Amino acid sequence: MTSRAENQSRFGVPQDSMVFAQGVRKSFGTLEVLKGIDLNVPSGSVACIIGPSGSGKSTFLRCINHLEEVSGGVLLVDGEFVGYDLRNGKLYEVRNDLLCKRRADIGMVFQSFNLFSHMTVLENLIEAPIMVKGMPRGEARDKAHALLERVGLADKATCYPRQLSGGQQQRVAIARALAMNPKVLLFDEPTSALDPELVGEVLLVMRDLAESGMTMVVVTHEIGFAREVGDQLIFMDRGVVEERGAPRDMIANPQSPRTREFLSRVL
Amino acid sequence: MSKVETRAIAEDLVVVPLRHYGLWIGTAAALAILALIVKALATNPAFDWPTVGKYLFHASIMRGLAQTLLLTVTIMVLAIIIGTVVAIMRLSPSRILNAFASAYIWFFRGAPALIQLIFWFNLSLIVREISLTLPFIGTIFTVKTNDVMTPFVAAVVALSLHEAGYMAEIVRAGIKSVPGGQTEAAGSLGMNHRLILRRITLPQAMRFIVPPTGNETINLLKTTSLVTMIAVNDLLYAAQSIYARTFETIPLLIVVAFWYLFVVTILSICQHYIEQYYGRSDQQAGAARGILHRAFKIGRVAQPA
Repeated sequence: MTSRAENQSRFGVPQDSMVFAQGVRKSFGTLEVLKGIDLNVPSGSVACIIGPSGSGKSTFLRCINHLEEVSGGVLLVDGEFVGYDLRNGKLYEVRNDLLCKRRADIGMVFQSFNLFSHMTVLENLIEAPIMVKGMPRGEARDKAHALLERVGLADKATCYPRQLSGGQQQRVAIARALAMNPKVLLFDEPTSALDPELVGEVLLVMRDLAESGMTMVVVTHEIGFAREVGDQLIFMDRGVVEERGAPRDMIANPQSPRTREFLSRVL
Repeated sequence: MSKVETRAIAEDLVVVPLRHYGLWIGTAAALAILALIVKALATNPAFDWPTVGKYLFHASIMRGLAQTLLLTVTIMVLAIIIGTVVAIMRLSPSRILNAFASAYIWFFRGAPALIQLIFWFNLSLIVREISLTLPFIGTIFTVKTNDVMTPFVAAVVALSLHEAGYMAEIVRAGIKSVPGGQTEAAGSLGMNHRLILRRITLPQAMRFIVPPTGNETINLLKTTSLVTMIAVNDLLYAAQSIYARTFETIPLLIVVAFWYLFVVTILSICQHYIEQYYGRSDQQAGAARGILHRAFKIGRVAQPA
């Protein structure tokens, strides 16, 4: 029995699940930030997470690729724990190289872009494919150019990040994540650091990705994007999922008073 | 006043620049002082320029210069290695390593270089012999401290330990200057710790490490003149031994100053190119300037916004 099949039968993970969370808890010292989060993101779907700041949504996202260790619960990506191996009913922390290998399959886009500032756009895109996956240089460059074309920045390959606008930097960051052929892409408030007129170009690229069938988990304040592109909408508040549902229904007709209050403030 | 009138006036008026009388007076004073200095240098017989010329490329001065350069390079290389290790210790999560590194920096940076120099030279007063003894095997070797601790070795040990105290802080500040998001982004792409340090953190830290390291190297070049105190045959010592015989003190000091300034100039130019290499991601297109400007910032005072 593969570990994936074992996990699936043990935790009742649906067949097509890409990200699966069950009772995920996370504490920083005595402060409990996540108090039992459940979530299933089917392969090829888009889940949008909204909520006030401090609700734990970014922390949850960072738990998915093990930038933060969970304090309890089950969190699987493509049927496997990211930072652990389940053997004989115990979770063994995995060695660093295996953790890196699994992380390479989970792309992440940050609020502050985090492009490598000492490298050109092209070097940003080919660094991990060459150094982590051992891809030949020529192949990595071809792929990078194709990705830059896709995000509309084919002419910026030789620029350094600080020569680009925020929206362009974020599109490069998305291309950099895509260069690793991830199974799932995590977005941590990708448009929150952008000037209002630059938000649209980033959302356009994300919409294009969603339409191409990429599995995405998006923490965002863009309710419009969640409504148009999201397959499910999760409203988090104070470390719990307050409400979840189909985006259109939930935005039009929120059930919980907290959701209603939050939506009335951001819409 | 109507709009039309305003435009007409703005077209006709001549702009009269403000006269900076203070600036003119200051410039005149500076030129006057410069003239006095040049006159003194040219006419005062004590400077004795023919003697300066005679000793400028003198064999023992050249040997002294070579010794000074050898000391500077050896000490700096050792200081960078020791300093990087101490910096990584200071950044480690272990409190013991952290405290050890802090104590190192406190002591070796805090105690005056000259005192450390004399201390290591006189190590034999504390330790007469250095020996390696293993249990069950016995003594492998024994040497007299005085045989090992030659003036040159004492100078290298003392000044590299001292300099490493400064380098440790420079390297630590450089590594800490790289935003944490860079490490996280690299981690999320599947890069491991070693790869992140080598490919992401250190190259970015270098931009902050290179300029102060250049200053330290220039500083160290001059600090090595302290070794004349323990009779290492460096540039200053070579000059001193000549003027002790001939009493041509001032000309020989000018020779020494010339060579220090010459080496400092070369080092400054090297530093500039290294900085430019690590700062290339900051460059705007077409920012290249002439070599004089790049080396000494000559040519333009104000930068356009």
